[in-house]
Amino acid sequence: MAINTDKNIYTVAFASIMVIVVGSVLAFLASSLSEKIKQNEKLEKQQNILYAMGINENEDEGSVNFVPTDRVAEEFSKYIKEQIVIEGDKITEDNEAYLINLKQQETAAKKGNTRKLPLFIGEKDGKKFYIIPMYGKGLWDAIWGFVSLDENLVVQGVYFDHKGETPGLGANIKQRYFMDDFEGESILDGTEYAGIEVAKGNNDPLNNTKDDNEVDALAGATITGNGVSAMIKESVNLYKSYLETIRAKN
Amino acid sequence: MALLSKKDTGLILDPLADNNPITIQVLGICSALAITAELKASIVMAISVLFVLGLGNVVISLMRNIIPSKIRIIVQLVVVAALVIIVDQVLKAFAYELSKTLSVFVGLIITNCIIMGRFEAFALGNGPWKSFLDGIGNAAGYGLILVIVGFFRELLGSGTLLGFKVLGDPIAKTGIYAIGYENNGFMLLSPMALIVVGLIIWVQRSRNKALIEEN
Repeated sequence: MAINTDKNIYTVAFASIMVIVVGSVLAFLASSLSEKIKQNEKLEKQQNILYAMGINENEDEGSVNFVPTDRVAEEFSKYIKEQIVIEGDKITEDNEAYLINLKQQETAAKKGNTRKLPLFIGEKDGKKFYIIPMYGKGLWDAIWGFVSLDENLVVQGVYFDHKGETPGLGANIKQRYFMDDFEGESILDGTEYAGIEVAKGNNDPLNNTKDDNEVDALAGATITGNGVSAMIKESVNLYKSYLETIRAKN
Repeated sequence: MALLSKKDTGLILDPLADNNPITIQVLGICSALAITAELKASIVMAISVLFVLGLGNVVISLMRNIIPSKIRIIVQLVVVAALVIIVDQVLKAFAYELSKTLSVFVGLIITNCIIMGRFEAFALGNGPWKSFLDGIGNAAGYGLILVIVGFFRELLGSGTLLGFKVLGDPIAKTGIYAIGYENNGFMLLSPMALIVVGLIIWVQRSRNKALIEEN
């Protein structure tokens, strides 16, 4: 017997069954894969932090290669000596500080709560690295990353990533040639926290001048570039008082 | 018996040229403009659409006799959205790097007119095997144009192909840059994708006059 698919009762029944079936399949999939996805995200954060302090597998000029996932946990515990959380005047150690969600902290701060600020202290060849996580807005969606500083607040490396910037334009913030430019730039202009400007037309495409707080912009990605500048400035400013104590010790 | 009959082969080959979804049916233009500034992105998008359209066409075709006509568009949307979410979640769990490359495309796949167009025009009226071939053919035709546009945009806009510097170094002025060539930044902007697609349509129609519509 052929089914009369035009009846209203059939349409309603079909729609209900479809919603239940598709909903259950997606819910089952999401819950069974969520552990694995979380684990991947954890490893990615560790890779990014290590990348910013120069622990990576970069070989030729253009590629961005992280420490492989099977080794990253081991390398992370080897190089990251301390993970601290700054909460107002209180500084506590926390071995899972890298899992703190910066966006949630920003929302909490807007509601009047004290923000938890994670900071990672790495050590390589006797040199200390202070790695600050960053979070900001690009053209289409969120951008984030890590900046690693030495005790004079000179950038030792950065890592940027994005959610949905335009491929070929804003998405190039995670390209090697852009990230490498930040190395050697100072966050300070004299004694003021100036950040690093992603500057259009600064006539320094190779970024030879390291004392101008500027790196060369990406063509066709002005708003993403401005987002990166703002992100660095705002994120580093949150750590100002802690960074002052490092400079004072130095 | 051959695996594919002549008609079946036509289902795959026609959309590559004379019935191309982008240049002839003028569908899927939005994503072709948005992501073709890089060749790699074009290839990733082409493969994703190949998977979603091939599988989606089969699912819709299997359900064609029980889908109520009043809500068929909603059913099609649910199928494509569910497939895209499943693909995304599985990639996030088992091929994390690839899923990050794909992130920006996922939304674009759901809104791709070719997918809804093929569900509506083919899968609702044909069997699963034919629908599968039609899906693969159309996605390949779409992917072909994407790759051509991506090739020219990346080559002329950034001087690279798949990230490799093929024309020399624009900053150190080596290769073709040594004789004064400059990258055309305009190629990286979406309007140039439209112009490149227009040029492909022009070439295609001047080679095959039968494609030119009479008023």
